[in-house]
Amino acid sequence: MFRRRRSVDDFAEEIKSHIELEADDLESEGLSEEEARRRAKVEFGNAQTARERFYLKSRIVWFDNLLRDIKFAVRQLARKPGFACVAFLVLALGMGTSVGIFAFVDAALLEPLPYANPDRIMWVSESPGWPLSYPDFLDWQALNKSFSSLDIFTGSGYLLRTSTGAAPVNGERVSGGFFRTLGVQPILGRDFNPGEDRPGGPNVTLLSYGAWVHRFGAERGVVGRTVDLDNQPYTIIGVLPQSFTFALSGNAEFWVPINRLSRHEHSRTFYTGFGIGRLRDGVTVQSAQSEIRAISQRLQRQYAITGRDLKAGVAPFSEVVVGDVRPILLTLLSAAGLLLLITCVNVSSLVLVRAESRRREIAVRSALGATPARLVRQFVTEGLVLAVFGGGAGILVAAALMRLLARLVPKDMAAGMPFLGSVGLNAHTAGFAAAVALLAALLLAVTPMLRLSFQQVRAGLSDGDRGAASRLWSRLGANLVVFELAVAVMLLAGAGLLGRSFYRLLHVPLGFDASHIATAEVAVPGSIYATSEEITELYREVVRRATSLPGVESAGLTSRLPVQCDCNTDGIRIVGRPYHGEHNEVDERHISANYLPALKAALIRGRFFTEADDASRPGVAVINQTLARKYFPGQDPIGQSIANDEGGRPSVWQIVGVVNDVREGPLDADITPTEYFPLNQIGEHSFTLVVRTSQEASALLPELVSTLHQINSNLGVSNESTVIEKIDTTEAAVLHRFSAWLVGGFAAMALILGVVGLYGVISYSVGQRTREIGVRMALGAERGSIYSLVIRQAVWLTLAGLSIGLLCSLGTSMLMRSLLFGVQAWDAATFVCVSVLLGLASLSASFLPARRAASVNPVEALRAE
Amino acid sequence: MPSQNDPDDRIALLQGTLDLLILKILVLGSRHGQGIARSILRQSEEAFFVDHGSLYLALQRLEDKKWISAKWGVSENNRKARFYSLTAKGRQKLLEKTNEWQRLTRAMGLILSGGPGSEEV
Repeated sequence: MFRRRRSVDDFAEEIKSHIELEADDLESEGLSEEEARRRAKVEFGNAQTARERFYLKSRIVWFDNLLRDIKFAVRQLARKPGFACVAFLVLALGMGTSVGIFAFVDAALLEPLPYANPDRIMWVSESPGWPLSYPDFLDWQALNKSFSSLDIFTGSGYLLRTSTGAAPVNGERVSGGFFRTLGVQPILGRDFNPGEDRPGGPNVTLLSYGAWVHRFGAERGVVGRTVDLDNQPYTIIGVLPQSFTFALSGNAEFWVPINRLSRHEHSRTFYTGFGIGRLRDGVTVQSAQSEIRAISQRLQRQYAITGRDLKAGVAPFSEVVVGDVRPILLTLLSAAGLLLLITCVNVSSLVLVRAESRRREIAVRSALGATPARLVRQFVTEGLVLAVFGGGAGILVAAALMRLLARLVPKDMAAGMPFLGSVGLNAHTAGFAAAVALLAALLLAVTPMLRLSFQQVRAGLSDGDRGAASRLWSRLGANLVVFELAVAVMLLAGAGLLGRSFYRLLHVPLGFDASHIATAEVAVPGSIYATSEEITELYREVVRRATSLPGVESAGLTSRLPVQCDCNTDGIRIVGRPYHGEHNEVDERHISANYLPALKAALIRGRFFTEADDASRPGVAVINQTLARKYFPGQDPIGQSIANDEGGRPSVWQIVGVVNDVREGPLDADITPTEYFPLNQIGEHSFTLVVRTSQEASALLPELVSTLHQINSNLGVSNESTVIEKIDTTEAAVLHRFSAWLVGGFAAMALILGVVGLYGVISYSVGQRTREIGVRMALGAERGSIYSLVIRQAVWLTLAGLSIGLLCSLGTSMLMRSLLFGVQAWDAATFVCVSVLLGLASLSASFLPARRAASVNPVEALRAE
Repeated sequence: MPSQNDPDDRIALLQGTLDLLILKILVLGSRHGQGIARSILRQSEEAFFVDHGSLYLALQRLEDKKWISAKWGVSENNRKARFYSLTAKGRQKLLEKTNEWQRLTRAMGLILSGGPGSEEV
């Protein structure tokens, strides 16, 4: 198309030379010079016409026509602002949504993680989703041949001494080669030296980029300085790059080598952290997994480890990072794709209805000599103009959507999704947007061309066309509407199921009253509160001061808030029963005496703890009903004892009470057996304060924090919040809310689009059948029967769309089963509601054209021809 | 005398035959546009008069298809002119088109001069 062609001047030159040559010949045949010149000119015909014909063939005219086409298209759109507005709006929404969602998919699933050769980095676990014990890690590291390096990391928290007091900070303890395995180098200072992670190694720390900037003002001289973590001096040896994120440690600021192990961590059954390994070249995930599994089984036999059925796991690290969001993102992307399809179909249907009214214009232009190619180009340009404007507006929509979606993700979770940082308008999204716009332009250009097939141009001139073509379009348009309605049904059904899931999730029994509870996490410096008497006295002081705040009804302490996670588990056995090393896993919580009453949890049997249950007395326990049912079926658990085997130190706890199940784990998980031990008998240096107030819980938070600091300014207070908010921001709640709202939004748009489409088709058909309706009325048809004539057509279309949509949504809801909670994929109530909703919407969409049909004046309709 | 028949005796060129005529003329050597027009007129015993607009469009078309090539040169009487010559591809096409044309004229001839219709004449 862009081959260099001759210039117009060159061609003019050739014509001139032709005429001169002809004149020469004529002269040599005996004519006078003047006569020869005249004859030559006459002979050639109109030189100007020849030049014009050449000009028309050249590419300049192609470009000129494009400009003219664009101007014409814009003028055409401006003449029908209603059509233009609806088309732009719909296109912008449809394209913007899909581009916005694609940005997330791109960032999460397509962009590589910020490490060297990230696809060779593996996630190594004792069993899928189950952390690794430190002794096992050392053996695996020494024995395996699959990994060029294998390292371990485990989360940690410190109290950082600052000028204003103690601040709780997140840290991560890692084995020495951790950063080399990831292929990350400090931007300042150095990595850990070999040996620094051996027992007795020095207190050194690497800073995260964020900590360097926010806590140390991005000073380059920070390397070599010491910081005070948990009252121990640590030397800063380096700063990690800004691009470095490690999803599973969230926002850890201090990275410390594992060189001091807690008593538990020496145990082979204390599962402390996850492994990160870099596969050697040529080693597959499967072969690495079978090697590690073999090593693990050998060790289990060697050390007679029984209990949990452990199957060592090796999985690509990227799977672990994005595994949870992948199905959600893919669901969203397909929803966006469907929406985009509906959008294009709808806009092309609008274009068609308009093209219908332009049939005469096209026929006239064609009769005046416009070639079919020229007319086609006109339509392509109009499609392009629509798509480019729509796409431009769509980019704005996408930018807004990205910001909105990113804000829907709670901060805690965002820290675990490092890819959120790279969501934005970049080359990938721009490319995708361009592709979407091009596709839309094609569709928009092709649709009217199909309708206005150029053979019937002459028929178009007569403006009385009732030919096969319009029947064809009616059928095509009807099919499009059936498709649109089916898609709307699918999205509605999906939204309904997700909405019901979310409702079920929020109404799952908690076993306590979650409203009006304020909480804060407290970290206690071990250097100040060293003895168990001191720490027990602090517990009492905290509860006493909190309870005396105005409006507070009761207060209590726990090691972990309810409805968060089934973490902090314990393996128990029942005293007095034969024990064969089976793994009886239960949630373990340490609570103060008034904690369960403050939650308003119901006591079933026995008693709750009292202040008298302290370190000087034998251990007591409260168990939940699930534990009682599972381990004491048909017996009275009160008075029996359970034992745990933590860190090789067995301890026995006598059961004094049974509490109605308090949901400790996530909303969408089954209730886990749970044991409660008195905090006073354990003496932990971190706890969560729970305060029930008669007022708005969030209003109490500032006072709560200042009260805690009044007790001792060295207490680290963090994560102050209300229990309701804590539950709302759990992963289960967020995921379900997120997907329900999003698919709901899509469904609403799809319904509107589908109904608009139906309206378009019915209107078109009424317009086509005006004469037929006139004849029917002239022959005595009642207005009622005209109504039913029109509405019957709408009902058929709706029924077809509905049944196809319902069938398809059975399939799609099976696909998104993992997102459902407490609802079957074939939930009948949802499907009935969707059907009724769609039926009502379709009826109202067909009512307007039906009324127009019924008010046709038969005389005018017949005269119109 | 200027050599020209009465315009009524001229035959309108069939669609596509102009290309063939141009190729045939050029097989004898390169010519400029006016020369080609003259040759067609002469060799058809002045039956074919070439519309010059069509001629130059046809030349352009053939040049685009790379059947002929063109370059500016000087005519025998010292005028600047654009000379056209056949390419290898053009030569090939000339053979094909000639063959095609001969089969067409033979078939036409068979129908027009013989067959069942002729007995009634």
